[in-house]
Amino acid sequence: MNELIIGGKKFSSRLFTGTGKFKSSVEMEQALLASGSELVTMALKRVDVKNEKDNILTHLNHSQFNLLPNTSGVRTAKEAVFAAELAREALETNFIKLEIHPDPKYLMPDPIETLIATEELVKKGFIVMPYIHADPVLCKRLEDVGTHAVMPLGSPIGSNKGVRTSDFLEIIIDQATVPVVVDAGIGAPSHAAFAMELGADAVLVNTAIAVSEHPTQMAIAFKLAVEAGRMAYEAKLGRVSHTAKASSPLTDFLG
Amino acid sequence: MSFKTIADNIGWQQTQESIYSKTEVDVKNALVSSKATLEDFKALISPAAEPFLEEMAQKSQKLTLERFGKTIQFYVPMYLSNECQNICTYCGFSLDVKLDRKTLSDQEILEEVKVIKSYGYDHILLVTGEANKTVGVAYIKNAIELIKPYFSHIAIEVQPLDKEEYEELISVGLNTVLVYQETYNRENYKKHHPKGKKSNYDFRIETHDRLGEAGIHKMGVGVLIGLEDWRTDSFFAASHLDYLERKYWKTNYTVSFPRLRPCAGGVELKSVMTDRQLVQLICAYRIFNQEVELSMSTRESDTFRNNIIKLGITSISADSKTDPGGYANPNANLEQFEIHDKRTTSDFVKKVIEQGYEPVFKGWDSGLQ
Repeated sequence: MNELIIGGKKFSSRLFTGTGKFKSSVEMEQALLASGSELVTMALKRVDVKNEKDNILTHLNHSQFNLLPNTSGVRTAKEAVFAAELAREALETNFIKLEIHPDPKYLMPDPIETLIATEELVKKGFIVMPYIHADPVLCKRLEDVGTHAVMPLGSPIGSNKGVRTSDFLEIIIDQATVPVVVDAGIGAPSHAAFAMELGADAVLVNTAIAVSEHPTQMAIAFKLAVEAGRMAYEAKLGRVSHTAKASSPLTDFLG
Repeated sequence: MSFKTIADNIGWQQTQESIYSKTEVDVKNALVSSKATLEDFKALISPAAEPFLEEMAQKSQKLTLERFGKTIQFYVPMYLSNECQNICTYCGFSLDVKLDRKTLSDQEILEEVKVIKSYGYDHILLVTGEANKTVGVAYIKNAIELIKPYFSHIAIEVQPLDKEEYEELISVGLNTVLVYQETYNRENYKKHHPKGKKSNYDFRIETHDRLGEAGIHKMGVGVLIGLEDWRTDSFFAASHLDYLERKYWKTNYTVSFPRLRPCAGGVELKSVMTDRQLVQLICAYRIFNQEVELSMSTRESDTFRNNIIKLGITSISADSKTDPGGYANPNANLEQFEIHDKRTTSDFVKKVIEQGYEPVFKGWDSGLQ
């Protein structure tokens, strides 16, 4: 399979994961290791960066994992930049998953604040991966200000509803000059495979793994699905035909 | 328009009749709907829903897991003062209750902090009575500034304040404000709050609007269960939540379900809620609102608390003291009410882990508003 590169970093796994909602840090660690994931996001609000024995961070101390701190909880670009700088200093990574959702109910990303923050964080040398709506124009605007990837949602975060935005994701993928990571809403391995078949460069899965009854097994299922979807995409899927092949072709008379 | 107008329009009598006339069909419809409405909530808290408790619990658990995962946020209350100028018929701090009165000094607050931090807490709830001369905004502001370096998340449960006062407290690091209406029944409210600033029903019911305008990060609503018919009162609280979520859409919300506990000079309860009914109410809230934080204190028993975390509660306190200074220098003569679950934090943490949940102590960051 082709390599995925974001901000100069090569990833052989196209399954990105998160640390939230697990019943214990041990279970999280086992599942994430099994998933093969090399990029793991964690909310800055949940980790205690001042504490070397932080329960989440100590369980992510494996060479397999690159940390992707996220700004979940911030409501404005200004707060996001502040949080990103805190994360960079504490976790020694330039990677930042930008999440600005002023709406705590549905956690919908704010496109205006996200664009402002992306521009500023890029200037400050961050590898910026913004969580956004599946909005093709916003993706192009983010590319214009130097984003390193875009992370459009498949459906509302944590909803497990699957890829409901596929028409817009297809346009985003078609136009993209940066990696497209489908984030949020992927509830089953089949959803992940579908996103990969559409041509997404990676998917981010958290809730579906964390709250399953057997997170490690589910993590492996997602790993396989993401690989299968990517392989199918690279092998070029046959086009879906909605009409039967005509038995009496209309253009036969042309010889 | 504030919620006061809406509450007046809802009408107590017709709401009560409407809840009690809900049928099995209404409950079934509420259970299958993908987005429950306020009418569905009525059905879910009605007597007609009582035979459906297991179905409600299953649905509530599923919705909670999806949103919050297998985690429970821990917090701890710290009582700063039991001085109070109000007379409330049910409260151990009421002006007319013979009780030693105490307000913590800076030094005493820091002694409490030291003990609380040794238990591992990072989210704190500051509680006071209402005594503006000794425990006014200046006192609360000072307390927040004093403890800010030690906690990621600071909440208060104090007298209702003005918008400007809330803004002042937010500017020094206040994250959350809990104000319970106690009861939304205007006449009964008057009966239970005969004297003091708290007797002003309108000022209290408009508090959340002032908080929303001040831009608070999180606010809590709820009723004191026992003062009135809990079903009708809870419908008003759910309507309040619904109104607030639509109007102040950047704010987080939390709901509590305090059942009246015996206290010095306590009143006789008008409505007694059983454990099954409390579960019914919690599950109804979750089915009505998948995203809202549902919180539980140590008012409830060990067994109840062990089991309720799987059914929809997402935030819980433990090891609580309701007397000012109770962590470092306990004195039962100062307490507001006697808590029920007296287990230590570490014992309760073990129990939570046994249930397959991760206790979360840090769920916010002091760098965030």
